[in-house]
Amino acid sequence: MCGICGIAALSLEIKISESDVRSMLPSLRHRGPDGSGVYLDRRQRIGLGHTRLSIIDLAGGAQPMHNEDKTVWISFNGEIFNYLELRNTLLKEGHSFYTHSDTEVIVHAYEQYGDDFVQHLNGQFAIALWDSNRQRLLLVRDRVGILPLFYTRQGDRILFASEIKALLPQLSEAPRISPASLDQIFTFWAPRSPNTLFEDIFEVSPGHMLVLESGRLQESTYWDWNFPVLDGYLKGSDTELAEQLYYLLADATSIRLRADVPVGAYLSGGLDSSALVALIRGHSDAPLKTFSIGFEEQSLDESAFQKQMIDYLGIENSRILCHNRDIAIDFPATVFNAETVILRTAPSPMRQLSGLAHASGYKVVLTGEGADEALGGYDLFKEAKIRQFWARHPSSEWRSLLLKVLYPYLETSGTQAKTYLQNYYSIGLDNPNQPGFSHLTRWFTTAQCKVFFSKELNSALREDAVARLTKQLPSAFAHWHSFNRAQYLEAKTLMGGYLLCSQGDRMLMANSVEGRFPFLDHRVIEFANQLNPRLKMRVLNEKYLFKQAMKNHLPRQIIERHKQPYRAPDIPAFFSVNPPAYVDDMLSEEKLKRYGYFDAQKVGFLLKKARRGSSIAYKDNMALVGVLSTQLCHYFFIEQFSQTIREAGTAYPSSS
Amino acid sequence: MTMYMKKTIRKYILEHLLFTEDESTLQDDESFLNNGIIDSTGVMEIILFIEENFGFRVNDDEIMPANLDSVNNLTDFIQRKQVIAA
Repeated sequence: MCGICGIAALSLEIKISESDVRSMLPSLRHRGPDGSGVYLDRRQRIGLGHTRLSIIDLAGGAQPMHNEDKTVWISFNGEIFNYLELRNTLLKEGHSFYTHSDTEVIVHAYEQYGDDFVQHLNGQFAIALWDSNRQRLLLVRDRVGILPLFYTRQGDRILFASEIKALLPQLSEAPRISPASLDQIFTFWAPRSPNTLFEDIFEVSPGHMLVLESGRLQESTYWDWNFPVLDGYLKGSDTELAEQLYYLLADATSIRLRADVPVGAYLSGGLDSSALVALIRGHSDAPLKTFSIGFEEQSLDESAFQKQMIDYLGIENSRILCHNRDIAIDFPATVFNAETVILRTAPSPMRQLSGLAHASGYKVVLTGEGADEALGGYDLFKEAKIRQFWARHPSSEWRSLLLKVLYPYLETSGTQAKTYLQNYYSIGLDNPNQPGFSHLTRWFTTAQCKVFFSKELNSALREDAVARLTKQLPSAFAHWHSFNRAQYLEAKTLMGGYLLCSQGDRMLMANSVEGRFPFLDHRVIEFANQLNPRLKMRVLNEKYLFKQAMKNHLPRQIIERHKQPYRAPDIPAFFSVNPPAYVDDMLSEEKLKRYGYFDAQKVGFLLKKARRGSSIAYKDNMALVGVLSTQLCHYFFIEQFSQTIREAGTAYPSSS
Repeated sequence: MTMYMKKTIRKYILEHLLFTEDESTLQDDESFLNNGIIDSTGVMEIILFIEENFGFRVNDDEIMPANLDSVNNLTDFIQRKQVIAA
């Protein structure tokens, strides 16, 4: 994995200087500590920068890289897992290679297939490709958004980079936090792509390609989540389809083990990571090193299940024990790495975990991310299914009681509490066909945090975030099965905007570790998307076909285990003991008022409640973490703008 | 007595669930659930508040909106319970 950056001229008067491109590199050093390089074209129309983490072709893989006659140049972050097959095909077509790296394969694939080259890639990637003959720049991001790529326009130049911090040295002034993005984050947990937290800074959306040619920027979608309409699902018996899924997953895993360095795996103890570890063991006899998180807080800890898998498969394991205090101390660095507002502290332990992998000498880990989205694992999908079922007879008392299967803790509040349950989950029941139906309870709960928005922030908001999202859905959306609609929304909001970046790439790369995600192989997603939804959720049994596919390879307890979502302590992380000094500083009345996003009095009440330990509600926890991370983002990227640039490459800027 | 109790309840709801001192943001007959004042976990906070401040336990079969879902409902409920206790 690596860091990429660059600058392109939009008009003929502009010349790009090498020093400007070099100024972007220091803040990408953690993504590529093994080397760096810059390419500047002869006419100074474009400069490409690269920082390298060497994983394939350690000796020959330096970038930016070029084709035979040096007319096509590339700066590339990622992995092309089918590069060996693609290389053979291209060799037969007469291309000659000067390295053994996967990067060079992309250059020749572009020559061979034009802009369609991307359809031939199986992998995770952010690509900047310069075709000097045609004077055009391509910015391309992988199908689901595993690797980041940001861009902004600055006068007659386009700046782009793997992380927003690398853009800062080339901005004329500090960026501004976008009110609309805050509104989206405090609804969906993430800004809606292509928005970022900052005004005028965008990401290349997953599955998109941007072409810069003759001073114009053109965007196109080359891949998206797509589902059958009506009855176009895959035919075959459950057993046949489970077998096909197994072989697909085995292949997706095996090509992700290709590397010239040792590859480890994350093990949470849940079904997905356990299945992944079993798939790796099925492919390779090499000793497998796994990494796990344990929590001081018992209700979040999965150590017993982790141990079960470790014993069952005889694998090596290293672990961190995550204390509340560690999360509080690491939180500013977590936010600095994430470069966005987060509503949960859950990324923080992931950052510690990549630190452990790095310290153990590992540059690459496989993880189970994506199985819930592709194969239908989330509680939210069940919740939506129950609510759909309930909406057919809204007066039915027992239909809504199915929700208790899903949220067993609600049982403890007694039989009468069902009225509460019904009331709370009945949102949108009058119109179960509305586009966002599956996600309304989550979005509604999250949006309660907006009560803390300041008057100024509220007055800057124009359009309701949910209304806007529903307007931007693909035209086929309305014709998909409701289960698939929920999957689409999940992939496009939470997975792309939060799980794969704030909790994924950014936390891995903070410690120079590359994550690989077999369940997000596009062949797996495309296969899963063609399955009848009843094979993803059979009645209320989630990931049914996946369990069928894996049942001979995992202990029964793991297959049958009640799903536990990964969570870290939120408010208790900061307030179970005295919080670190920055918490009081960032949440002081003075800073809240000066930064201007939140109502200082309201946050004051929340803080008092949190200190007393009486904040239980989800929304309090989300609000506090969200307010704190917004304040930290403002501090790092706006107030300390100059210092952040000056100290680029350090963990995060020290306070002045 | 009722006035004082209602004031205590209002102060609690305002500061802990609406995070404000602005009295105009809360009507005494307003449903906490329907107006997003509490989420699915919020009712637990209200029960804790009652138990810590009014010296009785809320039974499982008393956890229902008719008892807990507005300032008026809460006031009536607590009064009834206190009469029984006395």
